[in-house]
Amino acid sequence: MSPSTDSHPTVADPTADWAGVQLHVVTGKGGTGKSTVAAALALALASSGRTVLLCEVEGRQGIARMFDVDPLPYAETKIARGLADDRGHAGSVYALHIDAESALLEYLAMYYRLGRAGKTLDKFGVTEFATTIAPGVRDVLLTGKVFEAVERNSRNKGAMTYDAVVLDAPPTGRIAQFLNVNGELAGLAKVGPIRSQADRVMTLFRSPRTAIHLVTLLEEMPVQETVDGIAELRSIDLPVGAVITNLVRPHELDEEALAAAAERGLDAEDLAADLDRAGLEATDTLVSALLDQAADHATRVELENRQREVVAEAGVPTYTLPQLPGGVDLGGLYELAATLKEQGLGR
Amino acid sequence: MSRTRVGPLTGTPGSQAPALDIDAMIDDRSVGIVVCCGSGGVGKTTTSAALALRAAERGRKVVVLTIDPARRLAQAMGIEKLDNVPRPVPDIDGTGSLDAMMLDMKRTFDEVVTSQATPEKAEQILSNPFYQALSSSFAGTQEYMAMEKLGQIHRQAQKDGSYDLIVVDTPPSRSALDFLDAPERLSSFLDGRFIRILLAPAKGPARLMTAGFGLVTAAMTKILGTQVLKDMQIFVAAFDTLFGGFRARAEKTYALLQADGTAFLVIAAPEEDALREAAYFVERLSEDEMPLAGLVINRATLASDHQISADEAAAAAARLERGARESTEGTAEQSDRTVGLLRLYARRLRLVEREGRLRERFSAAHPQVPTAVVPALPTDVHDLKGLRLIGDLLADRA
Ligand SMILES: Nc1ncnc2c1ncn2[C@@H]1O[C@H](COP(=O)(O)OP(=O)(O)OP(=O)(O)O)[C@@H](O)[C@H]1O
Ligand SMILES: Nc1ncnc2c1ncn2[C@@H]1O[C@H](COP(=O)(O)OP(=O)(O)O)[C@@H](O)[C@H]1O
Ligand SMILES: [Mg+2]
Ligand SMILES: [Mg+2]
Repeated sequence: MSPSTDSHPTVADPTADWAGVQLHVVTGKGGTGKSTVAAALALALASSGRTVLLCEVEGRQGIARMFDVDPLPYAETKIARGLADDRGHAGSVYALHIDAESALLEYLAMYYRLGRAGKTLDKFGVTEFATTIAPGVRDVLLTGKVFEAVERNSRNKGAMTYDAVVLDAPPTGRIAQFLNVNGELAGLAKVGPIRSQADRVMTLFRSPRTAIHLVTLLEEMPVQETVDGIAELRSIDLPVGAVITNLVRPHELDEEALAAAAERGLDAEDLAADLDRAGLEATDTLVSALLDQAADHATRVELENRQREVVAEAGVPTYTLPQLPGGVDLGGLYELAATLKEQGLGR
Repeated sequence: MSRTRVGPLTGTPGSQAPALDIDAMIDDRSVGIVVCCGSGGVGKTTTSAALALRAAERGRKVVVLTIDPARRLAQAMGIEKLDNVPRPVPDIDGTGSLDAMMLDMKRTFDEVVTSQATPEKAEQILSNPFYQALSSSFAGTQEYMAMEKLGQIHRQAQKDGSYDLIVVDTPPSRSALDFLDAPERLSSFLDGRFIRILLAPAKGPARLMTAGFGLVTAAMTKILGTQVLKDMQIFVAAFDTLFGGFRARAEKTYALLQADGTAFLVIAAPEEDALREAAYFVERLSEDEMPLAGLVINRATLASDHQISADEAAAAAARLERGARESTEGTAEQSDRTVGLLRLYARRLRLVEREGRLRERFSAAHPQVPTAVVPALPTDVHDLKGLRLIGDLLADRA
């Protein structure tokens, strides 16, 4: 693990899950909670004493919104501290909003000293062209910047280095194409500097230093996408990490009660007696509202269990995050981070 | 599904909005196109399919253009084959009819190219890597193609009377606005400054071969290599003749969307992000003078009426739990169940309250938007029966 410029020792437990992973890629179906989980994971890692960089590449300023800070520039910005561990160490979370045009200009400036030409390119709409349509160029630039942040080392004086990088990545439908873009360059940039970096990027992405986590809900479509996504990633030798099932609702009934509820076999009189004991007026409407809800709950649990089995068949470690009833604010992110850590992710 | 009486706006806060009368909309013969918009995952595809089915079973000749249906739903509708032509959905009740199709964006794009260009030119375009990227992954292509397909189906229906209602699902974009913006973005991109520069040498006028351009090409060559530049020039030159056609078609479809026979439905989940997107979209529709029919809040948590409050339910659960611990009678196990049921109830009510607040915020800013509320079913919607139920709920007839 690379040393960080913060002078604290790295205290992360080397036997923890994913201990050797420096790049955590978080993907999933749209809206399942990729950004939320990426942020929580970054906080969990920071709460284990690491210095973490959280990157977003979809141009939405989701990180700024979640952490309640101003929109992020194209510069690494410290946005949060992890919780201190037993020994009082706390790492930090830095964030970076990577956009392809800035990455291209940075790239040109760095490798070509194309000061003036770079600006001219921009003026002629070339950067826009290159980053929107030139096939793959956009993804090459985005992944290239992530690669640079992971591989950056302390020889580069004054540069910030990180123990871990967490990427809030494109959705499952595009993730394989996105991460594999450097492996697919053959059809296009056969020569040139973009090409020469490609192999090194693929080496990192295929190595055990990278883990690609998939966020899902326990619902049919997201689980199907997750299973398909895992198969696709495996088929191109990209390292699948964990599945994180998100927005899981607590189960309040034991199996026997669930089975009874599903068949609408819960006893209304017993229920009424209990309600009475609890000091509630056991009206018929209240009793039947509770029984209806029990039936729905049982149906829902059955569906979730079926989906959980489908997820389990993928043979990937699984972590679970609850649905926070009030939505996710900064406090909620810390809560989710703690839940991940308890289960061993980000420890 | 529970027997709890649910339907648009029953017993939930945030109910100042006027009710959206879905049946009046689909029975209105002057409505020829319904477009379902919204951000990803809110239930656009489900709503489009449910609406189309309901309209068909109320006697209309309907075609529904879906984009990314869940696999089982596509199977149930017989459209999992992706051949880019509407196919009849079996087992429709009544005198109407329902055809359905799933959009194949690349194929639609290819077909436009082949129908517009000479065979040699089409061949040249189709095999160009830039075209392949544009037609399969350029952000906005899917939206553009959805509009293209809508235009095609509409023209056909006008000609042969095959359909009197077209229901359009929209791509799973992050933003509902993408559907309106993407075609414009694509055509202005194709019309962009750099593309014109690339075209200029092919057309000859030396005056554009400025020092600036030389610098640009030199830099591009250095970065990308000469082959890329060549591919790019071929692509742009070959595409040039098609630009006009593309833009004209997009403008026509846009005009169609503004016409009286079109109704937009905005679909949202009762969540902050989705409702924010819905609000942007509603505002944008009125700016663009496009006809908004209403808002559908899908996957809502509803409660019949407030027997007891969330706090009361939670407090009662706690009391019962304490009582069971102290009791020596054999009622403990039964109490556990009741505790669980009360907790679920409290949780549900808190969600109802939260969603109600979010909806109130929306309707305070957009008080005139007619709204229908569809509850979250405990299971997915993957067959005609499920679609019928959603249709009933949409129309408040469950
Ligand atoms: N565990 C949770 N409890 C409660 N709400 C959650 C939880 N996880 C995510 N959410 C909420 O769900 C919504 C979607 O989450 P998020 O933006 O992280 O998803 P995403 O996968 O990044 O979406 P997109 O595909 O649009 O990028 C947000 O409003 C978020 O606050
Ligand atoms: N009211 C509802 N109750 C339960 N499940 C629903 C409801 N509406 C949609 N779904 C389910 O949610 C998932 C996503 O719906 P879909 O219509 O494909 O969303 P979109 O097209 O907006 O991305 C599907 O599995 C669908 O069955
Ligand atoms: Mg996100
Ligand atoms: Mg859809």
